[in-house]
Amino acid sequence: MTIQEAEQTWAGGLRLEGDVLVIGGGPAGTWAALTAASHGARVVLADKGYCGTSGATAPSGTGVWYVEPDREAREEARQSRFGLGGRLAEEDWMNRVLDRTYENMNRLSGFGYPFPKDEAGRPYRRGLQGPEYMRLMRRLVQKAGVTILDHSPALELLGDAHGVGGARGVRTQTGEAWEVRAGAVIIATGGCAFLSKALGTNVLTGDGYLLAAEAGADLSGMEFSNAYGISPVFSSVTKTAYYRYATFYYEDGTEVEGAGSARGRSVIARQLLAGRQVYARLDKAPEDVKPLLRVGQTNFFLPFDRAGIDPFTDLFPVTLRLEGTVRGTGGIRIADESCRTAVPGLYAAGDAATRELICGGFTGGGSHNAAWAMSSGSFAGEGAAAYAHSLGPLAGRRELKGLSSTTVTAASAGDRSDRPKEHIRAVQEEVMPYDRNLFRTEAGLRASVGRLDGIWRDIRSGASSLGAHAVQAREAAAMTATARWMYRSGLARTETRGMHKREDYPEQDSGQHYRLRSGGLDEVWVQPEPLRKEVAAQ
Amino acid sequence: MIELISESRCVQCSRCVDVCPTNVFDKGEDGIPVIARQSDCQTCFMCELYCPADAMYVSPDAEAAAGVTEESLEAQGLLGGYREKVGWGPGRKPVSAHEYMYQLAARSIP
Repeated sequence: MTIQEAEQTWAGGLRLEGDVLVIGGGPAGTWAALTAASHGARVVLADKGYCGTSGATAPSGTGVWYVEPDREAREEARQSRFGLGGRLAEEDWMNRVLDRTYENMNRLSGFGYPFPKDEAGRPYRRGLQGPEYMRLMRRLVQKAGVTILDHSPALELLGDAHGVGGARGVRTQTGEAWEVRAGAVIIATGGCAFLSKALGTNVLTGDGYLLAAEAGADLSGMEFSNAYGISPVFSSVTKTAYYRYATFYYEDGTEVEGAGSARGRSVIARQLLAGRQVYARLDKAPEDVKPLLRVGQTNFFLPFDRAGIDPFTDLFPVTLRLEGTVRGTGGIRIADESCRTAVPGLYAAGDAATRELICGGFTGGGSHNAAWAMSSGSFAGEGAAAYAHSLGPLAGRRELKGLSSTTVTAASAGDRSDRPKEHIRAVQEEVMPYDRNLFRTEAGLRASVGRLDGIWRDIRSGASSLGAHAVQAREAAAMTATARWMYRSGLARTETRGMHKREDYPEQDSGQHYRLRSGGLDEVWVQPEPLRKEVAAQ
Repeated sequence: MIELISESRCVQCSRCVDVCPTNVFDKGEDGIPVIARQSDCQTCFMCELYCPADAMYVSPDAEAAAGVTEESLEAQGLLGGYREKVGWGPGRKPVSAHEYMYQLAARSIP
């Protein structure tokens, strides 16, 4: 692409200028926008979908890692998943996130979130209902004077030799281009679930990782990317936590030995791989808990009610849907406490950023992720606002250019407009099968990496048009890049740690007690990053 | 996937067009939104929740179209309902404030 060509095409679109641009409007993005605005920044928030309904949090209920500032309770909270995560978390970061989450949840009470009351009549703040939470966050962001661009995916970051200074994309409902110039950009685009239709995740295609990598940022923990959620075969609802009340069966009614929601998911995967359908029934739910469950996760029961199934008494077929890095822990590497990345002016928050800092190589739905979203969002909001203010009055005159790795042209994609669909199907073929992603082997990973490299080369050999078609092309590129970082990191970790399972190296290796950084576009690289001494000592 | 927008119930507010995270709907010429990209539906039920007229039906199946009719849905009482359960709409109390939320959490902690 020549910049002039692109500039001409962009002319006539929407152009805005601000101090901070937030890309993504889920919990991390809205907390980032709200916090930056409260620090005096002019903020624009661009969401690929609709701020308030987009992303994994909006459609359902979630627990939150909310712990009273009591010494013992905090110590227990830190230790609870430290081992499970392969001892890669950091005490300092856990403390900061616990503090900020506690503060933000209490603020939500003041903002009008209707927390339920405990026996003593005090607000009970350990969970949030997504629809209510995100509708409130949108309202707060609007009230703070933030400009919201809905249905406005970012297609590329803008930058110069000094770092990142904006982004541009397309407004999918009008086809109009948008461009925002801002002193700092926060990526809060969520993780990547590879269009698996796990509840609320289809806007989460790794776009932010690609944007960040194109600007020169690196990633961390991408091997922790093989989360699968349990869902009925006929449904999108992956609320794995409720399957603690389930027993799993074969078709003939005999029990699947060892299957479970916490540590027995692999058992289910192996049966499904062998072509045996697995069924579930929530028959471990005590009678008096059943009505509580119906309220606690309203949409869990919606598919059953509509299909005429009573999940407490009837068997129903289950599957495992890929949640990828959404409930994995990898993402853009965080360089310091302001949640900045390795690139000046670029910040990352929520699932788009690595969560190894607080949960190492293992997380689940909600809880730590929900706490991380609201706290990293507000750290990034503060950091980005301060950075933008530090740039001085001439920052708006920077000469910025597009940083996309794929050629962007004004011409339509023509007869190859189905290419992104083919690429997406091909990537899904590599990352969805349990015997490639969940049960990893050297041979399997190498074969996948070879094919993924081929897909990447094919993407790089073509151009993508500037209109709404470009969104799918970007998703295909982002998913391909994400899968390549995942599997190259998976190859480099020749052990089983956290959620990363190597069939050929089933034990944890104390010699690999480090994180893995990764990055690169045409050439993907992976290198160990030693833990800080005081962290490693734990 | 999203299956139906009831023409008799729709109040032509286009809320569904606004709120769908995956941009499944287009505004219709007659004011009633059109399901323009059904296969992009991720079955998150958000359109149904935001529809003020209970005019939408999302079938739980995320992979395949179910092919339902308004008559059969009406007869089975399947139109609307999710919004009521979540406690959205005039005169309703949001489920987020329900005392069971706390009781469940208290019971779940080992």
